[in-house]
Amino acid sequence: MARYIFQRVLYMFLTLVLIATFSFFLMKMLPGTPLTMEDKLSETQKEIILEKYGLDDPVPIQYLKYMAGLAQGDLGISFQFDNREVTDIILSRIGPSMQLGAQALLIGTALGMLLGLISAIYHNGFLDYSSTFVAVIGKSIPSFIFAGLLQYYVGLKLGWFPVALWGTWEHTVLPTIALAMFPIAIAARFMRTEMLEVLGSDFIQTARAKGVNKFGVVFKHGVRNALIPLVTVMGPLAISLMTGTLVIEKIFAVPGIGEQFVISITTNDFPIIMGTTLFFSFFFVFIILVIDLLYGIIDPRIRLAEGEK
Amino acid sequence: MDNSKPSKDLFVPVDLKDSESERLTRPSLSFWQDSFNRLRKNFGAMAGIVVLLILILMAIFGPYMNKFDPYSQNLDHSFIPPKVPVLENIGWLGLDGVETAIIEGETVESAMTTVKLRMGPENAEFVETRVISEGGNGEPAKIEAKLDIYKAKNIETSYWFGTDSLGRDLWTRTWHGTRISLYIAFLAATIDMVIGVIYGGVSAYYGGRVDNYMQRVIEILVGIPNLVVVILMILIMDPGILSITIALTITGWISMARIIRGQVLKLKNQEFVLASQTLGAPDNRILKKHLIPNVTGLIVINTMFTIPSAIFFEAFLSFIGLGLPTPTASLGTLIDDGFNSLQTNPHVLIYPAIIISLIMVAFNVVADGLRDAFDPKMRE
Repeated sequence: MARYIFQRVLYMFLTLVLIATFSFFLMKMLPGTPLTMEDKLSETQKEIILEKYGLDDPVPIQYLKYMAGLAQGDLGISFQFDNREVTDIILSRIGPSMQLGAQALLIGTALGMLLGLISAIYHNGFLDYSSTFVAVIGKSIPSFIFAGLLQYYVGLKLGWFPVALWGTWEHTVLPTIALAMFPIAIAARFMRTEMLEVLGSDFIQTARAKGVNKFGVVFKHGVRNALIPLVTVMGPLAISLMTGTLVIEKIFAVPGIGEQFVISITTNDFPIIMGTTLFFSFFFVFIILVIDLLYGIIDPRIRLAEGEK
Repeated sequence: MDNSKPSKDLFVPVDLKDSESERLTRPSLSFWQDSFNRLRKNFGAMAGIVVLLILILMAIFGPYMNKFDPYSQNLDHSFIPPKVPVLENIGWLGLDGVETAIIEGETVESAMTTVKLRMGPENAEFVETRVISEGGNGEPAKIEAKLDIYKAKNIETSYWFGTDSLGRDLWTRTWHGTRISLYIAFLAATIDMVIGVIYGGVSAYYGGRVDNYMQRVIEILVGIPNLVVVILMILIMDPGILSITIALTITGWISMARIIRGQVLKLKNQEFVLASQTLGAPDNRILKKHLIPNVTGLIVINTMFTIPSAIFFEAFLSFIGLGLPTPTASLGTLIDDGFNSLQTNPHVLIYPAIIISLIMVAFNVVADGLRDAFDPKMRE
């Protein structure tokens, strides 16, 4: 197992180095410099500015310096915000994003599981069709459409929750609901399939035959066994929420990483774009690693197959 | 009579003729006929197909259904609410071309001033106001104001979906945008399909070292989040229909390649392929005649899932400022525009939002239906 983990972590770092290299050279190909009013600056001023951002070296040296900085968690200085380190900016904005993501993931999966459970218990009944319908809607309609509807009808017309910005827990309600629709849908579908399979298996029949009541059959024998595979969808869900936060934070003006990223795209702030990209990549690769390791723990067959290689 | 002991003469043996038992009771169906029968019974999927057909037809013919074109501006007619000739009589649809707002103020007078500012001083004589509450005791005064802009500006024609901030007709722009979004999605899905099928097919069919190398390449690509790749590619290439399509396909083909590889690996060891090989069929023929037809179902299903995700990504890119440049309309840019004036003019957002939702739901439902129809075992 230790060797397997080591191998996976090594792969993870290789991927990250590749992504960093790839995006560094892509950024170099982009037009635009931190010199905003180029014509009015003297040669010396230009040199000073270029040196400050480390742009005076030839590209290969810049690359090595960037990678060395990266290894120490230094992502360079923002073009837009004077003298602010990209790492600081990302760290200062990580809180709201993480909170939104975690809330949406937890609430979404919990509600989705409940829907899926209801579906499975009342298989092919009215409740099943209704919750399947909800799942299809939640899976298909993009989160920014939900965000718009919530913002207009719940925020503006009904005035129940703040329309935008960040502060109290009330500010988190609308963005969390908008983000949670996808996890609800995915968890509901998954739970329904799993529960139907589990409820049809022999040990459930045995439990019923023994006279365990309906509640006991479903919760004691059913849900527990359907839960294990659900862990496997949590990872992909977390990654999809990462995409979701970009737009949701923009719509609700949440001061998170996603909002900063969108702003930086419009202001051509390359160090921040690059830093956030790497941050997202790190998150992505890390989640994939965690999922792979979890698979190994949950299903020993995968671990064995890897060991034989 | 004792029911527990039926007399033996109640049972008569049925004569079973050999010729009868061998006769088929119904005509044999091909795979496609069988799948189609299953699909036809799926109400959701059939409804999805109908909705998609209507939307595609509207995307083709919608922009020509009135006299406006998607790019011409008319600043005098900015933010006109929607009005549809017959439906205007049904109040709750809000298609009567009347702008309604509930304005709050400290006193009735101050609310009235806000009404005037909001509706425009030049339209003052056309504004109908109704005092909902007088206010006082810490409660704000509320006034409901209604303005028939069509009357105030003396507009003869009806804008069916209203107009945007530059006075462009949203009906034409919405259908035009639907057309462009669908075009990008179909193009991206087709390219994904071609690359994925070839890559997966070759990798699995030749196996061995070829497969090994090709799979390592996929493993590296899978590790890179597609969000990041798409955004970086758009940043380098100037945003446009083609560059968005390319950005979408760079990572899009991978899932198709993996699915095809898995299926071909399973198929190529089956007896009918061995038989064909023994008879001397070249690789080319085996791929074309035996393997590809057997994965067609999977290809169709996977493509049907790729299309909505391409539509989503196009809209998503527009939303974060990397979409099609103005004045091109796509569903994404229209929705992005809509958010800018959501508070005062929700009609700009609502119609493209409804259409993109319909497209996404319809494609997902049809794809689910096709999956159930092609392979009932895969049914969720």
